[in-house]
Amino acid sequence: MSAKEQIWIVRDIPKCSGCRMCEIACSLHHENKIWPEASRVRVFMLVPGAEYPHLCTQCHDYPCIEACPVDALSVDETTSAVIVDKEKCTSCKLCIPACPGRIPFLHPGDKKAVICDLCGGDPECVKVCTEGNWDALRVVERSEDNRYSHRLYAKRPEEVTRELVTIIYGERGEELI
Amino acid sequence: MRGYAGKFSEIDLATGKIKDVSFSEEVLRLYLGGRGLATKILWDSFGDRWETIDPLGPENILTVLAGPLTGYYAGGRMMISGKSPLTLGIVGSTVAGEHAIDMRCAGYDGLIIKGRADKPVYIFVTDDRVDIKDASHVWGKDRIDTYRILTKEGIRELEERSPDTREWREPSILHIGPAGERLSRVAAVQSKWTHGAGYGGYGAVMGSKNLKAILFKGMGPLPDVWDMERTTELIWKIARICFKSDAMRRWGTGAAGYDVGARQSSEPVRNWQEEWHDEKSFGVDKFEERVWVKRYWGDFGCPTTCLKLAVNKVGPFKGSISDNPDYEIQAYGGTNLGIFEPEGNVHICSVMEDLGFCGIQVGNVLGFAAELYQRGILTKDDLGFELNWGDAAAFAKLMKIIADREGVGDILAEGAHRAAVKLGEMKGMDLTKYAIVEKGMGIGAHGIRSRLDYVEAISYPCSVQGGDHTSPAQRDLRKADSELTAMLHDCGVHCWFNAGETDALDLIWDFIQAVTGWPITADEWYDNMALRILAIQRAVLLFGGPDITWKPIVDDENPARWYEPLPTGPYAGRVADKKELEEDRAKYFEDVGWDERGIPKSSTLKRFGLEDVDKKLKSFFGEG
Repeated sequence: MSAKEQIWIVRDIPKCSGCRMCEIACSLHHENKIWPEASRVRVFMLVPGAEYPHLCTQCHDYPCIEACPVDALSVDETTSAVIVDKEKCTSCKLCIPACPGRIPFLHPGDKKAVICDLCGGDPECVKVCTEGNWDALRVVERSEDNRYSHRLYAKRPEEVTRELVTIIYGERGEELI
Repeated sequence: MRGYAGKFSEIDLATGKIKDVSFSEEVLRLYLGGRGLATKILWDSFGDRWETIDPLGPENILTVLAGPLTGYYAGGRMMISGKSPLTLGIVGSTVAGEHAIDMRCAGYDGLIIKGRADKPVYIFVTDDRVDIKDASHVWGKDRIDTYRILTKEGIRELEERSPDTREWREPSILHIGPAGERLSRVAAVQSKWTHGAGYGGYGAVMGSKNLKAILFKGMGPLPDVWDMERTTELIWKIARICFKSDAMRRWGTGAAGYDVGARQSSEPVRNWQEEWHDEKSFGVDKFEERVWVKRYWGDFGCPTTCLKLAVNKVGPFKGSISDNPDYEIQAYGGTNLGIFEPEGNVHICSVMEDLGFCGIQVGNVLGFAAELYQRGILTKDDLGFELNWGDAAAFAKLMKIIADREGVGDILAEGAHRAAVKLGEMKGMDLTKYAIVEKGMGIGAHGIRSRLDYVEAISYPCSVQGGDHTSPAQRDLRKADSELTAMLHDCGVHCWFNAGETDALDLIWDFIQAVTGWPITADEWYDNMALRILAIQRAVLLFGGPDITWKPIVDDENPARWYEPLPTGPYAGRVADKKELEEDRAKYFEDVGWDERGIPKSSTLKRFGLEDVDKKLKSFFGEG
């Protein structure tokens, strides 16, 4: 597959309304339930107003895959998403600290690793965010040239929140977190 | 049973005893959840001695309940109730956030909180587990510190219990501020800095229990529903109806701060001395351009996101943070105080939230105090400072002494009705005519004099929730904004705005069936279920006590102020009509199965299997 057909989810986080419709869409699609803590996209709110969606950014070097001792993680060549083989996953948790944003997590039900699979190329979270006109999440073509920059979005919630509170609350932001 | 987690946690803060309890399918089928179930729980717990229960005593029960639709229906909310320190009846008071979703995902449909802890505590609800924890270090803290400290503490505990399994998200938090801690009857149960369950005064009930906060984190899915396919279909159908609500999405209720005054003449201005203004400085365009830093803000599962986040960027009140403010607080923290610019309004709202007040209730008290000052009844000597209309800094100061219960603030902390009685005694004059209240509770920011707003002559006098504008009695019992419809959303427990659209409201019965499996029809709701809950709420409101007993008819009245003609604006001269109230009230009582005094009839109560309520009413009114 050519890189042109791969997608990336752009996150415009100050636009996140905190409505968590993305979590509903994601968990309905993957679990046929409303299950916020099993949603592949999870909205963090360490400071009210500074809500933002925390989800896999498909690093060019896939450190989570590198860290997996049992080859349970692989790249979907079509979409560039990380695919979890639940049969192989041993719940060893090593993929979590390997991710610069600690984005993978153990499913609260089966305790296997959970990572966004881009819904096979048509992500449900983006669909609802677009239809609702929030546009905090949008699908763009995954550009080869920007892959190092995409990796920068794998950040821990506290770091993201520090940036967001400054954007939203200005100089008062620091004292809120 | 579908749509329910199936268990509730009964927590006795006095003994530290925590146990799971459940309700039969029969009970849930009749009362659903939220406001209905709270009514059932409270009646069963102390209905027979209602008038002796001090709402701020250890015997009162704080109910924190979701409903079967919470999390499924657009805009999940939590229902807070108990015996109200304001009305002395039952007020169902909801607040948005993720707490009710987290609670249901943790396996609970609600908490029933009894007793009084001997030191400040908070409750932490996690999967099938409830803990009571020390809160001494957050007692006295405001919304921002409380949120920050408890968020970190909650995350740390979750990580310790299940290390390295994920980056933990914050627990959802309900909390009180200094006003609730000091038992102010106008204190709210707060959430996310800016949200509150304000009506009822339940912040004071939490305070009376030494309960600073409740944290929730649930890791499971929402409870299973009866028909997931149909539920999913309805979720997206309703989301799409909400996506189309243009003005509501763009402005929320924030356009009304100008509009309700300018167009409808039904907005409180200077303690309701007027209801009209044409202050374009208070237009929604000014809010949008000057203070809104987030234009679409919402809580779990809300397709509308009518909230906005406001921050003052310049001026003397720089750094103040509030939501929109929404219409009610534009009115009660703005026009009602003679404030007509966004920054002053945002500051007032910000201080209300820092101190843990209900914006409507404390705004009602502030307006009352300022009118007394205007008339020379309260003086600078009484207050320690001047209190002129439009002076946001002075109103902020007044809120501080109310929260601290300092000087006259101690009296005002009791709400406008009780303050009017007490100050009236002290000054030797009738001050109740300046208190714009219904059954002890400040009235929502929608007046009836112009007849252009949705509220009617009977809306407040006949409501079982006093001055609650989100539960107005209406002549047409089935109107989208009637008390019985509001009650449905309060039992659901979900957002009335997302359900209020006609197209969405038509789907509610389908929705209830898809989730619970119960084929509840409009007829069953309006003719049976809702009237059962209403009758109990009316009965306990009449029992009242211990400090006040409302008199049927005499207290089923509009505030005296509304019998003064509107003095200004295009509808000057319009006024409330006593005869209209009398006629509509008599008809309403008849329609809901109450006698001419508004006492639920024996035949009505028997039809609902409420013989015990009937018996108590008879003995209370000396007819047993």
